[in-house]
Amino acid sequence: MSANLSAIFYLISGVLFILALRGLSSPETSRQGNFFGILGMTIAITVTFLSIGNFSSGLTYVLIFLLIGGLVGAFIAYKIPMTAMPELVAGFHSLVGLSAVLVAVSAFLNPEVFNLGSPGSIKLASLIEMSIGAAVGAITFSGSIIAFLKLQGIMSGSPITFRGQHLLNALLLISIVALTYLLCATQSSNFFWTLLVVSFLIGFLLIIPIGGADMPVVISMLNSYSGWAAAGIGFTLENSALIITGALVGSSGAILSYIMCKGMNRSFFNVILGGFGASEQSSSSSDKEHRPVKSGNAEDAAFLMKNASSVIIVPGYGMAVAQAQHALREMVDTLKKNDIKVTYAIHPVAGRMPGHMNVLLAEANVPYDEVFELEEINNDFANADVAFVIGANDVTNPAAKNDPQSPIYGMPVLDVEKCKSVLFVKRSLSPGYAGIDNDLFYKENTLMLFADAKKMTEAITKNL
Amino acid sequence: MEIDPFIFRLSIFILSIFIGYYVVWSVTPSLHTPLMSVTNAISSVIIVGAIIAGLAGNFNNDFTISNILGFLAISLAAVNIFGGFLVTQRMLQMYKKKKKDR
Repeated sequence: MSANLSAIFYLISGVLFILALRGLSSPETSRQGNFFGILGMTIAITVTFLSIGNFSSGLTYVLIFLLIGGLVGAFIAYKIPMTAMPELVAGFHSLVGLSAVLVAVSAFLNPEVFNLGSPGSIKLASLIEMSIGAAVGAITFSGSIIAFLKLQGIMSGSPITFRGQHLLNALLLISIVALTYLLCATQSSNFFWTLLVVSFLIGFLLIIPIGGADMPVVISMLNSYSGWAAAGIGFTLENSALIITGALVGSSGAILSYIMCKGMNRSFFNVILGGFGASEQSSSSSDKEHRPVKSGNAEDAAFLMKNASSVIIVPGYGMAVAQAQHALREMVDTLKKNDIKVTYAIHPVAGRMPGHMNVLLAEANVPYDEVFELEEINNDFANADVAFVIGANDVTNPAAKNDPQSPIYGMPVLDVEKCKSVLFVKRSLSPGYAGIDNDLFYKENTLMLFADAKKMTEAITKNL
Repeated sequence: MEIDPFIFRLSIFILSIFIGYYVVWSVTPSLHTPLMSVTNAISSVIIVGAIIAGLAGNFNNDFTISNILGFLAISLAAVNIFGGFLVTQRMLQMYKKKKKDR
């Protein structure tokens, strides 16, 4: 197949990828969008085989490895529980990063195949593109591994900080630029290997100071990096499908990070520099011990809800941890049978990744037109009878609106306190991730339900 | 003076960033998780480079270092492609509208 023809096919698959993302603008068109994505990928892979035209024994091995990877991927895709989506996505990011590194290394060792010159005299532009692809890929890889370990709970979710951390990171970043320059000037492979090692190290150091609940930002950011890595490799290979995809994914991840940061009213740099939630506990911890709390059981909760005419449900990460989404749906079904209007309110940073709660509710067969975003539903709390907060905390804290001293001051929150009564399902009175107390617990119209989210919802359903 | 082909690729890149910007803002927030998994899948089009590396070179030896790196990259990217698209499919199938009779 001629180079021009294959370039046109690569362009077509790039366009199909754009349509794949475009499809996600509504759930109705999204399945078609995913189909476009698969089609684009099939075209890109087929064209690559045809344009190489090497059908020797090597092809067998390529197909075998393709098959192995495909089977593993398919197996994971069918087995993974929806609550583990954040870990899965982090794990997948690390694979994109590592394959970018492997392709870059392969191109560096064997540049003739990629039309980049010969070893020792690789074209300058290609060398720079290759270094960028490899460095960003390596950062994506090690960063995603850390994110994965933190999300999986293998590594503590609390931030790990030490003195001189930011200085060290800055020096390492500068050294990447220096190494790229030296590599281009000397073509010496030693600089290339050092560059890779330093990049792996940066990815690691960049993510360890970031706490568990900042993971939505981290995952989006790594998503973005994996895109830029792909684009870097795309420039090296002079492949438009890769360049287009890399740019799409890169900007997609960047936008998601921005949305997540805005949902927490924090700047991107504030999140990246990390350490949030580790130190700030001083402001309100002294006077909280002796404040009275009203706590109740499933019967009280069922009674309150039975006499309500509208209920708003506020899910959070705790619901995911307790796997309570199905029990919650059953409770809501029972409420609806009693002609009670039920809607769901989702905060942008609820859960551990963008859209985490929506997927869990969808899994439990909650129709998506009953699920609302913060701006859409926030005014409805004033007219609702009961707010049922399950596994969420900081996103409902009124301190974000009225306490300028609070570390979360200015963060958009759900106006749960405006409801006639608030039910809080929580395991204990412990403060949320931000390490701050929630005034809502002590309000007159709040009833605390201390229990595991799943068991409590099941018990309420029985009492309805 | 002729324009370097690099400039054309750069143009594609910059314009794609803008397309990505507008397309992604139009994605509904409830589909942000599928967005992440599908972007994951499509960024594995990097497999194109892996296949080139895997099939590279000489007919007598299928296992040069850069071939082996290519094979590894192929299987990693394939995990992502199949895993990414299938898990996206699985998620999207779960998004349902309210039944008419209610």
